[in-house]
Amino acid sequence: MLKEIISRLKQGHRTIDFPSAGIKLSPRFMGLPEIKCDACGGNCAKCADICPTGAIEITAGKPVLDMGRCVFCGKCAALCPGVFKFGADYKLAASKRGDLLLTGEVVKRAETLDASMKKIFGRSLRLRVVSAGGCGACEADCNVLQTLVFDLGRFGVQFVASPRHADGILVTGTVTQNMKLALRKTYDAVPAPKIVVAAGACAISGGIYAGHPETAGIPEDIPVNLYIPGCPPHPLTILDGLLRLLGRIE
Amino acid sequence: MTAPLSLNHLEAAGFKSLTTLTPDEFYTSAPERLTAGGRAVSYFGLPEEGGTRLILILAFDYERRLEALSTVLNDSFRSLTPDFPQLHLFEREIAEQCDLKAEGHPWLKPVRYQLKSGLPVPPGITEFFKVRGRETHEVAVGPVHAGVIEPGHFRFQCHGELVFHLEIALGYQHRGIESRLIGGPGKLTSHYMETLAGDTTIGHASAYCRAVEALCCARVPPRAEVLRAIMLELERMANHTGDLGALAGDVAYLPTASFCGRLRGDILNMSALICGNRFGRNMVIPGGTAFDLSPALIKELKLRLDAAFRDVRDAADLLWSTSSVMARFEGTGIVSKGTAMALGLVGPAARASGVRHDVRHNFPVGIYNSKAVLSEGAPESGDVYARAYTRWLEIKRSYELVSGLLYSLPAGPIFAVPGPMKAESFVVSLEEGWRGEICHTAVTDNAGKFRHYKIKDPSFNNWQGLAMALRDGQISDFPLCNKSFNLSYCGHDL
Ligand code: SF4
Repeated sequence: MLKEIISRLKQGHRTIDFPSAGIKLSPRFMGLPEIKCDACGGNCAKCADICPTGAIEITAGKPVLDMGRCVFCGKCAALCPGVFKFGADYKLAASKRGDLLLTGEVVKRAETLDASMKKIFGRSLRLRVVSAGGCGACEADCNVLQTLVFDLGRFGVQFVASPRHADGILVTGTVTQNMKLALRKTYDAVPAPKIVVAAGACAISGGIYAGHPETAGIPEDIPVNLYIPGCPPHPLTILDGLLRLLGRIE
Repeated sequence: MTAPLSLNHLEAAGFKSLTTLTPDEFYTSAPERLTAGGRAVSYFGLPEEGGTRLILILAFDYERRLEALSTVLNDSFRSLTPDFPQLHLFEREIAEQCDLKAEGHPWLKPVRYQLKSGLPVPPGITEFFKVRGRETHEVAVGPVHAGVIEPGHFRFQCHGELVFHLEIALGYQHRGIESRLIGGPGKLTSHYMETLAGDTTIGHASAYCRAVEALCCARVPPRAEVLRAIMLELERMANHTGDLGALAGDVAYLPTASFCGRLRGDILNMSALICGNRFGRNMVIPGGTAFDLSPALIKELKLRLDAAFRDVRDAADLLWSTSSVMARFEGTGIVSKGTAMALGLVGPAARASGVRHDVRHNFPVGIYNSKAVLSEGAPESGDVYARAYTRWLEIKRSYELVSGLLYSLPAGPIFAVPGPMKAESFVVSLEEGWRGEICHTAVTDNAGKFRHYKIKDPSFNNWQGLAMALRDGQISDFPLCNKSFNLSYCGHDL
């Protein structure tokens, strides 16, 4: 027992304050895209061309960036640094699919659940993670929230083993044909009212696998309450999104 | 009879130099070369006029060379699995991907339940091996598991707590990557490579880039070689550290479980410090690397690396000095050296059973030409303890490597434009990812684009190792055994 206590002292206290202004991410971290529409001539469309996932479209002469498709590769920013810049802001989650379409610098962050849902889930949310056809990185960044660094439990949020014990599902991955049925069964097994979170570009839009016949996506009739962009989303992005949904961050 | 083509690692050979054996010559030659010590690193079929061309790539680890054998056939091929179990999954994969029948395969089932004539195939539906008897029972788990992990289906044939047999059915993560690589490289190619297995981004991206560079006859600048090695070793450290924590968690030893959970993140954050992404995305590109290190960054990295390593050592030492942990690790989930060799296991799982090969040692590239990687005095008992301790030794070695490399970065550029790829050529690219040997085989067409691209993740070799580790073990030891391998579902399913 003694050696464990000594180790505990050596390892120190590691849980971060959240939310906190003191969080330092890598200076090379690519967060919220800042798009300077005015700097764009609007007619070359090279950015749309270079983007691997088709996340950029030129609409009415201005670039629109779909964060739900973006894999944060930085190619657009390298091509056209005057227009595209990726900032340090990790707060990317949104409540509506349309809110992920960025043009200019206006951002609409995730909103709190409506009053009745908030009353049920606001102080305690149990989620069943369904990993459904990705690369495992989103799962890793969900898992890390359970470590003592983020200590997800202190916010009343927990990932649970059984959908019957869950208040909702958090989907990662593009939902392959081979996971379609399992996703459906898991969703059905969660008692209503329930929440659905789509985490990562794959779950939101199919990501880099969009259009593969091997993939199906989250079915239309499963309504999504929270979209967390990224490839994979940073753990802080996931945490921020979940807490906004619960009205714990305004 | 024509001899097999002898080949060097990363040598772009003309596709025509690959002699076409008759099927009979192939069935005589392949067993002979396998008996002579060849280890299959890749075995696949590609469509060709008049049938399917099978290509078998064998590694002769101790001679540091490869051999390629090839034949063209129709409808069916003879399974060599009964004599060479290491081919079992390769042959199943060929049967599934090329729609050929593997005559005499003892275990012919789908690998990934991939689309057939464009239509989905119901996953996990096959004839599972069954043990019958009044007191036996079957336990089925997955595809959705209790934890936050990828999907897979496990069937245990049990007698009470005792596991007679475990069968693993995968394919739930199959997203059809390989077929999308044909005609490339394209806009998405490097992204596919980086997400074959998200926790092995650097490993797979490096294997891919080296394949392309070999086909382009490009030389990677020395500084980029060192940067790649730093990233590869950080990836290894992060994953092994996380797994030591997970192993501790599975035997309810919480101190190490909590410490390592944090430390894994600290190491991932070092990768993020270098390239902005915790998993090393966007770092390794054909021709070099996309990010460089400044002296200030090197200093910061070294500080963080030393601090993390000090704490990992402390957390790991707790494991080896706690008898309740060791009692659970030792003797659990044994894979004998014979089994490991017969099945062609790779990576730390193989080394823990005494099969001492490592791509960095046997087929070194870049900095590994001058650095020893295998640790002396590593355990070879093939149990959970050996796999755990091997991981610790590898963390230590990776730490030493990165420490040294940070201060020996050669000056110069980090990128050189690779140029076009040679037409009608093929290349075999091996990389020691943290789970073991990654193999990418690229074949180009007459325009210098990918005609075929075959990927083998180390998990492809090792899933059967996990199944064997469970034989005659307790079903309650499954999580522990599973973590000691920690295989990739997505890397297998592609
Ligand atoms: S950073 Fe996003 S939007 Fe820009 S090119 Fe890459 S994927 Fe497209």
